[in-house]
Amino acid sequence: MLKIKDLHASVEDKSILKGINLEVKPGEVHAIMGPNGSGKSTLSSVIAGKEEYEVTKGSIEFDGEDIDELAAEERAHKGIFLSFQYPVEIPGVSVTNFMKTAINESRKAKGLEEMPAKDMLKLIREKSELLEIDRKFLSRSLNEGFSGGEKKRNEIFQMAMLEPKLAILDETDSGLDIDALRIVANGVNKLKSQDNAVVVITHYQRLLDYIVPDYVHVLHNGKIVKSGTKELAHELEEKGYDWIKEEVNA
Amino acid sequence: MDLKDKLVSSFLAFENKVDVDSYVHDVRTDAIKVFEEKGFPSKKEEAWKYTSLNKILKEDYSVFPKQENALEYKDVKKYFIHDIDTYKIIFIDGKYSSHLSETTHDGIDVCLMSAALTKPKYRLIIENYFNKAATKESLASLNTAFSSEGAYIHIPKNKIADKPIQILHFSTGNESATLLQPRNLIVAEENSHVQIIERHQNLTDNPVLTNSVTEIFAKKRAIVDYYKIQNDTAKASLIDNTFIKQQRESVASVHTFAFGGKLTRNNLNFYQEGERIDSILKGVTILGDKEHVDHNTLVHHIEPNCESHQDYKGVFGDNATGVFNGKIIVEKEAQKTNAFQSNNNILISDKASINTKPQLEIFADDVKCSHGCTIGQLDESALFYMQSRGIPKKEAKALLMYAFCNNVLSSVKIPEVKYRINKIIANKLGVDIGFNL
Repeated sequence: MLKIKDLHASVEDKSILKGINLEVKPGEVHAIMGPNGSGKSTLSSVIAGKEEYEVTKGSIEFDGEDIDELAAEERAHKGIFLSFQYPVEIPGVSVTNFMKTAINESRKAKGLEEMPAKDMLKLIREKSELLEIDRKFLSRSLNEGFSGGEKKRNEIFQMAMLEPKLAILDETDSGLDIDALRIVANGVNKLKSQDNAVVVITHYQRLLDYIVPDYVHVLHNGKIVKSGTKELAHELEEKGYDWIKEEVNA
Repeated sequence: MDLKDKLVSSFLAFENKVDVDSYVHDVRTDAIKVFEEKGFPSKKEEAWKYTSLNKILKEDYSVFPKQENALEYKDVKKYFIHDIDTYKIIFIDGKYSSHLSETTHDGIDVCLMSAALTKPKYRLIIENYFNKAATKESLASLNTAFSSEGAYIHIPKNKIADKPIQILHFSTGNESATLLQPRNLIVAEENSHVQIIERHQNLTDNPVLTNSVTEIFAKKRAIVDYYKIQNDTAKASLIDNTFIKQQRESVASVHTFAFGGKLTRNNLNFYQEGERIDSILKGVTILGDKEHVDHNTLVHHIEPNCESHQDYKGVFGDNATGVFNGKIIVEKEAQKTNAFQSNNNILISDKASINTKPQLEIFADDVKCSHGCTIGQLDESALFYMQSRGIPKKEAKALLMYAFCNNVLSSVKIPEVKYRINKIIANKLGVDIGFNL
């Protein structure tokens, strides 16, 4: 599904990713871990198509197609979803209408008619229940004045609405208390199938108790320096990242 | 001959066509003297610092446009709010168009200024109200001097106008350039209610300059809602002079939607002559190309315990320029005044500009007055966020701009007007999304 080969990327001429290789197949859950500043968020932004990041070398393929030249919205239409570490507040646009616009723009891009209002409301009701989101919440301005937990729950709600093939969860666990974490993880697990894939980007192992990864990769200084199974996450939790840095430097 | 001289000498010709033995004509005669003395305003005047009339005054305007070309309703339907029943006072090239209009004398008067100025039954109201709100500023005086046609609306005590009233001005003239000077008088008596929608539309490729004066009187507990839709062509300029006198406990609101035109100047003046008055001034400006809009507002707080709320949003692209000049005067007697003013702007091009200036003159000591103006750009991180959810950049920008203006739009009380405004905004921003936020 996702094939990243020797990916180098920079922002404002500062090189951040320095040769990433990663392959994600349908049905898999990958975790990318690493210390602060290792390039985790950059990797997710580059996959999602943030314009400020320039791919200087290597390639990103999605479903067999090179997506490097595609705009962020085109990647979204192909089924890539990024859950933001810091979801952006958009005053004046309600959650419901944001979702309506997003879904209908995706449908438009695929040559489909707009979703009938009745179906839209039904879908919104169904998915908001999954994330235990209050109806009142949906008429509020997107992310404006939301607590950290509400913002993250709202991200996964959007993911549930858009049903992406590949979901990248960037530090979705940060700012979540244990109950919110459980709701979010539960939501992700319910959306999981043999046809889609999840990449979990996290600093801590905590979330991985709930969203269990098939593979764990450690990112350091713009490169994946170690890959393993979920046991690697436990090892990192116990020992920290220093031993990896030492191993790399040695 | 320059335009000023042409106008002053045209006044003699004008006098041959009107009843010179009337109260109104005395007012006109005084007004032409004021205009002759003051002339057109120049950039040397503080209130005109950022708006120059020089270019538009160079055209060779026909001062008395020829009779109307016929217009079929189906051809101009799109300029009407046509999905609801309304009264209509329609002018083509400054002349009343009876076949496009729908007036009434049933309980309320929705008719023509020309009738009100000449028929004896309106004499008392004309003598009590005509030119009693307009100031002696030169452009308003010019309009007063030539005032003969426009909308006349009188809502008697305790009456509610049963449907909104549309005032539309079309230009179809074949002359090289046309000057129009409509004159409107609206009197909402005690405890009455009226909603008015006004629009000017140039249907030709020739320049049109409209110098309009609207006087509005909102008596005790009256409610007046006025919507100005300004979305004219690149050849059309508008100087709108609106004067609103309010008596105690009245509520008057003016929404100004400035979406196009070569040059638009809105002189909007509120005078609060009683206690517990609410004055509401709202504006949405979305401009591109070389369009220019100047919002020049005045709220004069004269009596205690009154409120005013001003909220203007502006989005400027291409080489568009904007001005917001908001003056609030709070007289010494006007204690417990609450006056709010806010002007927020987004510049979406490097060449667009906005000059915004609040002017507060406060002589009372127990008041709440706040003002704020901002100039910013679209939030790039919000754009990426929206794109990552599948909303293309152009639509994402449009949505952000719409959301930016939304709190002004949400105070529009006629849903069909709001719907039409939404359509114009979508069209203006080149997107096909139903901004139903």
